[in-house]
Parts: sequence; structure tokens; C-alpha cells
Amino acid sequence: MPTPKNYRINFTPSLLMSLVFIITIFFSLSLAQAQEGKLVITGSSTMAPLLLEIGKRFEAVHPDTRIDVQTGGSSRGIVDTVKGLADIGMASRALKTQEDHLFGSMVARDGIGIILHTANPIPELSNSQIQAIYTGKITNWQQVGGPDASITVVNKAQGRSTLDIFLEYFQLTNRDIRAHVVIGDNEQGIKTVAGNPYAIGYVSIGTAQYNVSHGLPIRLLPLQQIPASIDTVRTGLFPLSRPLTLVTNSQPTGLTKTFIEFAQSPQVHDLILQQYFVPLQN
Amino acid sequence: MTLSSNNISSHSKTDLYFSWSLRGCSILAGSLLLLVISFILHEAWPALTQIGLTRFFTDNGWFPTEASYELTPIFWGTILSAGGSIILATPLGMLSAIFCHFYAPPLLARWYRRMIELLAGIPSVVYGFWGLVVLVPLISSWHPPGPSLLAGVLTLTLMITPTIMLITHSSISQVPTTYIHSAVALGLNRWAVIWRIVLPASRIGILTGIFLGLARALGETLAILMVSGNVVQYPSHVFDPIRTLTANIALEMAFALDHHRAALFMSGLFLMSLVLCFVIVAEALRRKTTYAGVK
Repeated sequence: MPTPKNYRINFTPSLLMSLVFIITIFFSLSLAQAQEGKLVITGSSTMAPLLLEIGKRFEAVHPDTRIDVQTGGSSRGIVDTVKGLADIGMASRALKTQEDHLFGSMVARDGIGIILHTANPIPELSNSQIQAIYTGKITNWQQVGGPDASITVVNKAQGRSTLDIFLEYFQLTNRDIRAHVVIGDNEQGIKTVAGNPYAIGYVSIGTAQYNVSHGLPIRLLPLQQIPASIDTVRTGLFPLSRPLTLVTNSQPTGLTKTFIEFAQSPQVHDLILQQYFVPLQN
Repeated sequence: MTLSSNNISSHSKTDLYFSWSLRGCSILAGSLLLLVISFILHEAWPALTQIGLTRFFTDNGWFPTEASYELTPIFWGTILSAGGSIILATPLGMLSAIFCHFYAPPLLARWYRRMIELLAGIPSVVYGFWGLVVLVPLISSWHPPGPSLLAGVLTLTLMITPTIMLITHSSISQVPTTYIHSAVALGLNRWAVIWRIVLPASRIGILTGIFLGLARALGETLAILMVSGNVVQYPSHVFDPIRTLTANIALEMAFALDHHRAALFMSGLFLMSLVLCFVIVAEALRRKTTYAGVK
């Protein structure tokens, strides 16, 4: 009777060993194949989620390629590209004049709009009024010609790119801001403003416009007389907006060129919209 | 042969396999906790060595992107919201358990308990959403801005009252009926029976319920993130917004890098030590009451 048991004990490790062996060979083969068409993309944390999705779709269309996306900020993207550590850098801003030697390809634009509740009659706020509200110098809507009610300031959590462009545009630092509510994502910001007639917040324009069209009681404020809409962001007219750029050392060629053209094509527009960015073509 | 292998005292092969697999499972469960703790420690290590523990208490404010990492106001936010909700939920849960067991007519008691069970099963995100669209606007119309310590405490109270009520209820229904009969035979009225006999006899169960509620209140993330405003500050009254350790992690983790990320793992470490302290206190209290109950 013990024979079959012994037999089994002897058999299991060898079966396991051979399985491991086969898997290892398989893996190294597939890795070797993938290495041939690998692109390293580093940079802006705003763009990383979008590029990750575009990369997945690109890999599905071109099965023998691998797209490796790493974050670390726009500056890292540019430095890595210059040093040759990355094939493509992600920069969520336009290239500066001293970066003229690099080649930028825009894939989308990102715009941020100031939102109020529809019950709030304020037609427009100047940049200095918004600054004063966010730094706690203006605390009542009466001070900017509105009803007698205290202002609820809605700010974004740190590390969010929306906060970064907002601070940069209004020349503020985190310490200056006197917020009453700190929110995580755009949706939470919209719910907070929709539930409080005297709140002011800022969110991605794509998200805001989507919610306005679905009947939420929020309203996008124009900035410097320019209405906040997907169209003014797309044309670059809206002041609180920025280009999302892929940076290369020279005119892209080969796989890099194929990938950038793919990222600019209408095939990825749904992915761009999913991340609340604005695609370049209508 | 067949009989002896079914005998509980026999050391059959099946028993052996069973006891070893049980041992394996318990080792797995124990090592999971150790794994989680060592993972958090590992991720928080850069913060501990390069920022230093004291700076989490002495820095001027929480501005992780500007290398300022004070966690004390967030720590207090957690304690105040969890503490406040326990203070409200404990009497509420205990009194509704007493009502359900001693005062309510049987039909009502059955449906009441079912309802509370249902309430205990509602996911926290639903409570959070309700708080955001109903409670916060209500508080805001009373005393702006609305998202506040009060909203957090009320939402948490709603979440943990069912836990406390259900555990209190099941432990008071396990009090032997002979106790109650003897007390009634001695001429005690209903309230005296409850207050002098039933509650002391079931206090360990009640304490367990309170600590389970406290653990849930401390660990709650999504609901509290949606209703409490998340501003890092010491609240001066209940209408001020606060941020808890859990909300801090959930808000900033997705976009945190390097030291900021490690500092968020420090929040996790603080939260774990807080829970650990409560477990130790609970254990000490349980021992004390057990021995007091025996005399």
C-alpha cells in the first residue's frame, strides 16, 4: 500500500520543477521579445495616468512593444529626456525658451475653472478678488457685491496638479490659503459646491461642464472676460489652462514617432476625456 | 478499525492533517499582521530616518510639498471625531438595546432588531454620501461652512450605534434568567433589575461593543473624508472643519512622491499605534472587570 504514496511524493517536486522551468523560459522569451520595442516615458504626474492608459492601448495594437511610464514631475521628464534616460518626457506646461533645442508634441490641454453655486448671483470675479478670497482677506460675498453671506472656500489636497496650476496662476503658496473645505477629486469638489450656495471652488473644466450639462446647480465663472469652456481651453484662449506635451530630444523617429502619432490620434480621445482633459481636435 | 478512527481521542492521519492545517492557518493569520506592520514600517522608514520623529510634532503646519510635516492637528482630528462619536453612540446604543430587550413588545422588538442589523450593514460610503448631500447642507444653513467636526461626529455616530446596540443586546440577552427571576422575587423594579443586575453582569460584552465601535470610528475613511472638510487645523468649536489621519492618507496618497509619501505612511503608523493603545487599554479594562465580577 505505501508504494503509490511514495511514488506521488517523488513525482510532485519533479513536476513542480519542470513547471517552474517552463514558466521561466516562457517569461525570459517574452521579455526578450518585448525589450526590442520598449519606450520609457517619465515626467508629469498629471499626465502619467493618461499616458499609462494610452500605453496599454498602444501595446494592444502593437503586441511586441512595451511602454514603461514613470512619474516624477514635468522637470524630471525634461531632464530625463535630455540625459537620454527616457525616450519621451511628459511636461504639463509649454516648453520654455531655454528648452528650444527640445521637440514638443502636444497631446491634449488641461483647463481649470472657478465654480460657484447657481444661486450665487456674482457674475464675475477679478483675479485679485479671487486671490483675496482664497487668502482670507475677503470673507463675505457682500465685499464683492453679492449677498450678505460668508464665503466657503473649497481647496484641493496637496500633491494634486489642479492645486499646482491654481497656485501658480494666482501667485499663491499653500501657506497663504485659508480654506474651509479641502477636497480630493473633482467630483467631490462639485458635490461640495452644489450643496452650498455660498461656496467657491475650482475644478477641471471638463468635469464641470459634464456636471453642468447633467443639471447640477453649479456655474463656471469667466476669467478675465473669457468664458470657461472646453472650446476656450482647446484653443488656448482660457488663461487658466495648460498644454500637455510629450517632449523628445529631436524630431521623433521610429517607434517614438509611431507612439506620439498614436497619442495625438482620435483613437485615444475617449481616454483623454476620461481623465477630464481636452483633446486637441473636435 | 472504523470505530476507532472516528473516536475523538484517536490520533488518526485525518486528525493529524487537520491539526497541522489549523496550525498553518493560524500562523498565516498571525504573520499577515506582522507583514502589514513591517510593510508600513518599511515605507515610513525614509520619513523616520531623514525627517525624524520629532518633526512630525514640532513642524509648523502640514505642507508636505514644502517639507513641513506636522501631524499633531490631524492626530487630534482623529481623536476628537472618534471620541465624540463614542460619547454619543454609547448611551444611544445601550439604551436602544435595553429598550429592545426589556420594554418593547415582542413583535416590535423583533422588527427593531432587524432594522438595526440592516443599519449596521450599510456600507460607509453610503453614510458618507448621505452626510455630504443631506447633513452638510443642513449644518451649513445653520452655521456655515457646513463640512465640520460636528458633521463627522454625527456621521460616525450613525455608523457605530448599530454595532454597539447589537453587541449590547446579545450580551444582555445572555444574562441567565435565574438572575432576573431572583431579583424580581426580591421585589426590585424593572429599572433596578436592569441597572443593578443585568448591566453589571453583561459589562464585558458591552465593553467589547464599545471598543469595536471605537475601532470602526478610528479607521473610518471615506465617510469622514466626505463630510469633515479636511482642513488641517485645531478646531476651536464643533463647526470648524478637521482632518483625520485616515482622510489624510486617502486624500494625498494618489499623488504623493518621496518624502510626502513616506510621511503619509507615518500617518498610517500613528493610526496603528493609536489602535494598539486602545487594544491594550481594552484588555486591561476587561481583566479588571472580569476579576471584579468574580468576587
